[in-house]
Amino acid sequence: MSKGVAITGMGIISAIGNNVAENYDALINARKGITRVDNVETIQRSEIMVGEVKFTNDQLIAQLNLPTSNNYSRTAMLGAIAAKEAIADAGITDIKKYKTGIISGTSVGGMDMTEKYYYEYLTEKAPQKYIESHHAGDSTQKIAEQLGLEESLVTTISTACSSAANAIMLGARLIKSGKLDRVLVGGADCLSKFTINGFKTLMILSDTFNTPFDENRKGLNLGEAAAFLVLESDEVVKAENKKVLAYVKGYGNANDAFHQTASSDDGDGATLAMEKALKVANLKASEIDYINAHGTATGNNDLSEGRAILRVFGEEIPEFSSTKAYTGHTLAAAGAIEAVYSVLALRHNVIFPNLNFKTPMKEFSMNPQTELKEKELNTVLSNSLGFGGNCSTVIFSKEA
Amino acid sequence: MKKVYINSIASISPQKTFDNNLFLDEITDYNNTVIFAQDPDYKQYIPPAAARRMAKGIKMGVVASKIAMDEAGIETVDAIITGTGMGCMIDSEKFVSAIIDNNEQYLTPTSFIQSTHNTVAGQIALGMECKAYNFTYVHSAISFESALLDAKMQLENDEAQHILVGGVEELGAHTTKVHRTINHIKPEAVTISEILNSKTEGAVFSEGANFFVVSNEKKESCYAELVAVETFNTLKKEKVSETIESFLEGNNLKAADIDVIVFGNNGDVDFDDFYNQLSEGIFNKTQQVFYKHLVGENNTISAFGVWLACKILKTQSIPEIVKINEIKTSEVKTVLCYNQYRGQNHSLLLLKKC
Repeated sequence: MSKGVAITGMGIISAIGNNVAENYDALINARKGITRVDNVETIQRSEIMVGEVKFTNDQLIAQLNLPTSNNYSRTAMLGAIAAKEAIADAGITDIKKYKTGIISGTSVGGMDMTEKYYYEYLTEKAPQKYIESHHAGDSTQKIAEQLGLEESLVTTISTACSSAANAIMLGARLIKSGKLDRVLVGGADCLSKFTINGFKTLMILSDTFNTPFDENRKGLNLGEAAAFLVLESDEVVKAENKKVLAYVKGYGNANDAFHQTASSDDGDGATLAMEKALKVANLKASEIDYINAHGTATGNNDLSEGRAILRVFGEEIPEFSSTKAYTGHTLAAAGAIEAVYSVLALRHNVIFPNLNFKTPMKEFSMNPQTELKEKELNTVLSNSLGFGGNCSTVIFSKEA
Repeated sequence: MKKVYINSIASISPQKTFDNNLFLDEITDYNNTVIFAQDPDYKQYIPPAAARRMAKGIKMGVVASKIAMDEAGIETVDAIITGTGMGCMIDSEKFVSAIIDNNEQYLTPTSFIQSTHNTVAGQIALGMECKAYNFTYVHSAISFESALLDAKMQLENDEAQHILVGGVEELGAHTTKVHRTINHIKPEAVTISEILNSKTEGAVFSEGANFFVVSNEKKESCYAELVAVETFNTLKKEKVSETIESFLEGNNLKAADIDVIVFGNNGDVDFDDFYNQLSEGIFNKTQQVFYKHLVGENNTISAFGVWLACKILKTQSIPEIVKINEIKTSEVKTVLCYNQYRGQNHSLLLLKKC
């Protein structure tokens, strides 16, 4: 279990860009992707802001060259686009050459089509093709189909907002235990009326730009996105003479066991997740150079996560920031989006700013990094915290 | 690498399986296209006020987990890992229909909160106050097998000693109606004795929860050693036999070494050939059993196949009602489970007597 888990490729599509290069450009230029929602018809439009991929479904279908008879949900299409970029970035031309798998995280799955055709399914023939796209695993099956991956380990995790972080965790474990040589890990979630209205009823949606870790934060902006990373074993890296972008160094998952949706006040779950990840990485807290926080900008999350960071890092808190102000909270995909950002931070030795921050929270004195900062980075810790008390931490590093 | 044992089982299904002292002793016959789980006395396990807020899937999951924990004689675990292909259908349907029916107004959060796929695993953790690793797999017919694979890796590597693993599905009325329109559900009611020869498309849909405590130490209650589990997103019919043979070879076994094969036939005329070719082919001299005539089809019903295999291994008996053929075996030592749904998401699972 002491094997390295190399990241050799990445792909992403989010509100701030349709590929890795566009996302990086937006990140270093403080360009956020938060707007009114255009692709989902909702009466909440004037009351919320979202991080939306501006392509319509028809445009996504065209990009992927899908036949008109296709039954891809938007989640599956976003996922396929990011997955293809990751595979190309890793220089993989023959997906069957090594024992390869796919692990994706999603919470929305095909709900976008289900809510559109819910009653029509009973009477109209045309939309019935989407009935089979509802279940969460379908989007991952479609991604596998797009990549031509057959007879393989392809599975899906749904642990709400930590799903993609957990997909990375399982992928790393599969590589370490030798079950797979190569695995595509990440997540995808599209915007839907289901999640927009769900979070609205919880009264945690901001009516303006979200402001992580700010005293006057008003809640989150929902986002949609997909991102995937290619993880490969030491053997494949050596055999193929692969360029390694970074390593998955540590990971931990814990449950807050406090409330179905809210986080505990003192961040027990997040504390445990970070501690476990540090232990797996064999690192001390002081060896973490940057924290990409979950920082959704809800009252509850930022307080709970902030306290957990304080508990783990004590007086020596490295620079931390949440990138949710750029992308919105992309739910199950968030862990993968922020994994890509963490690797970009390591590659470029740069810390991305926590946008929209003005007033420090009264509960503690730690403040996020608000300006772009150049710093030699060797390790980045990324948190993803979700419903059901699900808390995950992944640590990325330059060295194995 | 440590060995992995299934130390306890729990099943809530359309048969009366929640009592571990019984083994399909009385069979409930059905004549339907959709069958529901038989309720244990939930009050014994969950305070009535809490139970009222829970949809059936949550209740079944929570109670099955308690039965499994009791039998294993442990209070807490190092991980809770569930599988659910369709998730919390009842609350999902409630929330979607409320959005549509009321044009996004007058909504309350309860059904949204409980619609999340990891609700059952989260509720089990809450009930046990268990802050450990908590995952939920949601990949159609291999959701449970993914959970089991995750658990197996952690136990083998001694990252955990005891893990609660389970599969759970609940029926949602609208989803059932919708699946009728695309013929995934049988057009006519069938009894359990007719199902395998029904010659119609679709399956009898069902629900249930099957939970297990798996550990890297053998307890007195041990049912089986979990030797291997593997899943395949796709597999062509003509490649199933060779895939099984190479899976067995990887475990130093041949088809002839399998004492009992557990098939996932559901009576769907379009897909049962995946199993029939094996019945007549590489396993024609092996004792074959099946179970979906008793408990129907759902995304994690293959966990019931594991339940059946565990019971057979521990009791060394095979109820007549599950037998496809009649082959004399002096001792059941090795059991293989094979399942797929609609030609996709195949799984192979190898168990040995412990």
